[in-house]
Amino acid sequence: MKKIKNFLTELGAYILLMREAFKRPQNSVVFFRRLIFEMKALGIDSIFIVLIISVFVGAAIVIQIILNINGPMYPNWVYGFASRKAIILELAPTIISLILAGKCASRIASELGTQRITEQIDALEVMGVNTASYLILPKIAACLIFFPLLMIISIFSALTGGLIGALPMGVITYFDYVEGIRLEFSSGEIVYAMVKATINALIISSIACYRGYTLKGGSVEVGQESTKAIVQSSIFIMIFNILVTSLFN
Amino acid sequence: MIKVSHISKYFQGRKILDDIDTEFLPGKCNLTIGKSGSGKTVLLRTIAGLYQPEEGFVSYDDRIFANMSREQKVNLRKDIGFIFQEGALFDSMNVEENIMFPLRMFTKMRRKERLDRVNYCLDRVNLKDINKMYPSQLSGGMRKRVAIARAISAQPKYLFCDEPNSGLDPVTSILIDKLIMDITHEFNMTTIVNTHDMNSVMEIGESIIFINQGKLWWKGNSGNVLSSDNKELNDFIFCSALTKKIKEKNN
Repeated sequence: MKKIKNFLTELGAYILLMREAFKRPQNSVVFFRRLIFEMKALGIDSIFIVLIISVFVGAAIVIQIILNINGPMYPNWVYGFASRKAIILELAPTIISLILAGKCASRIASELGTQRITEQIDALEVMGVNTASYLILPKIAACLIFFPLLMIISIFSALTGGLIGALPMGVITYFDYVEGIRLEFSSGEIVYAMVKATINALIISSIACYRGYTLKGGSVEVGQESTKAIVQSSIFIMIFNILVTSLFN
Repeated sequence: MIKVSHISKYFQGRKILDDIDTEFLPGKCNLTIGKSGSGKTVLLRTIAGLYQPEEGFVSYDDRIFANMSREQKVNLRKDIGFIFQEGALFDSMNVEENIMFPLRMFTKMRRKERLDRVNYCLDRVNLKDINKMYPSQLSGGMRKRVAIARAISAQPKYLFCDEPNSGLDPVTSILIDKLIMDITHEFNMTTIVNTHDMNSVMEIGESIIFINQGKLWWKGNSGNVLSSDNKELNDFIFCSALTKKIKEKNN
């Protein structure tokens, strides 16, 4: 009973904070400066990790498919086709979101948490700044803008990684792989991945902002709240993954 | 003028402020003194609107803070400068950006004007050539002075200082006290300073309140603080060997 009460209290506080955060910025020039800063910190700085993980996981997926679905009854395009489905529908939007939850959620929660315990948020508050809008909105907006772009980068690099993994095995050719990727391609798959990426961006950024912004205590709590931000956003990513998958099918 | 009317504040059922009723006058350094944990910081944060009192109210020039609209509160806060105990400088910004922040956020000043104002404020706190340095590169005293520069950059009507001398050497402490006193008189600000530094009490205590266990225990100024017969105040003031010697000499 107490856990349900705590959950509802936190949910209420989260909704109130988001309502405050989505208010019109007090100064649009300052907002855009912060947005660009956050896009660099949360987006551009994540490209490398997304690229590396996508290439290696893409390669591993294709190798596994070739090893496990290997026989004369399978056409050669099946490997590219199955890889494309796995990469666009699940690897890029879900697995990469989990990686980004680890990287971005901890960064956001610890940054805001530290600002809270060092009274920087109070200093903004006492100046008359809407701290929720000033600190949180640029982070959420940056994630909403950049995560879909990261997903596109992830899709391309994973498919390339798949090709790099497949060719040395000698089972399929470059043309077989590309044919599989292009076969019955529907733009709906990309839309599906983008919808997932956008929802995940909102989950990761808003939960992390809530955990950091509402932090009470000291440096120990900063670590605890960062961990909570990662765990909670990962859980919600998986829950919404199931919901979106059910809705689209 | 800031008026505090019978405010009480609780934390987790514990009464931290108990029926405090006093006023802080403009153009004066109003000191709040008391032991650590006596409720000074809570009182200052309540006055600044960072905490809501459970009982009583705070009014700024006869306008009750709790009754103000959101917009009125924002406008009032533009007139408040707050110096936090640890400075609370924005660590992602350099000194110049820190001081410029309230100007960039709330004024339509051009960059050149803002820069001039930053340099003027830095000059007032006796700091030069540190515009591009980050808070992590500054000493404790420099951080405090940058915090003062930021607090006065938007020419506030109200200046709140939470233990501006804590952790500073006596020379820097005196410098900061003098600076607070000068800007208070120069701009006719309503200044409230939380301190337990007896040197500050004697230097800038134009109006003093003594808080003990969350209650307002004594009111006066630097002229009569040493001659008070209030036992708790005397226990607080004459606890060090130096102040004891001064008292003996006076007697």
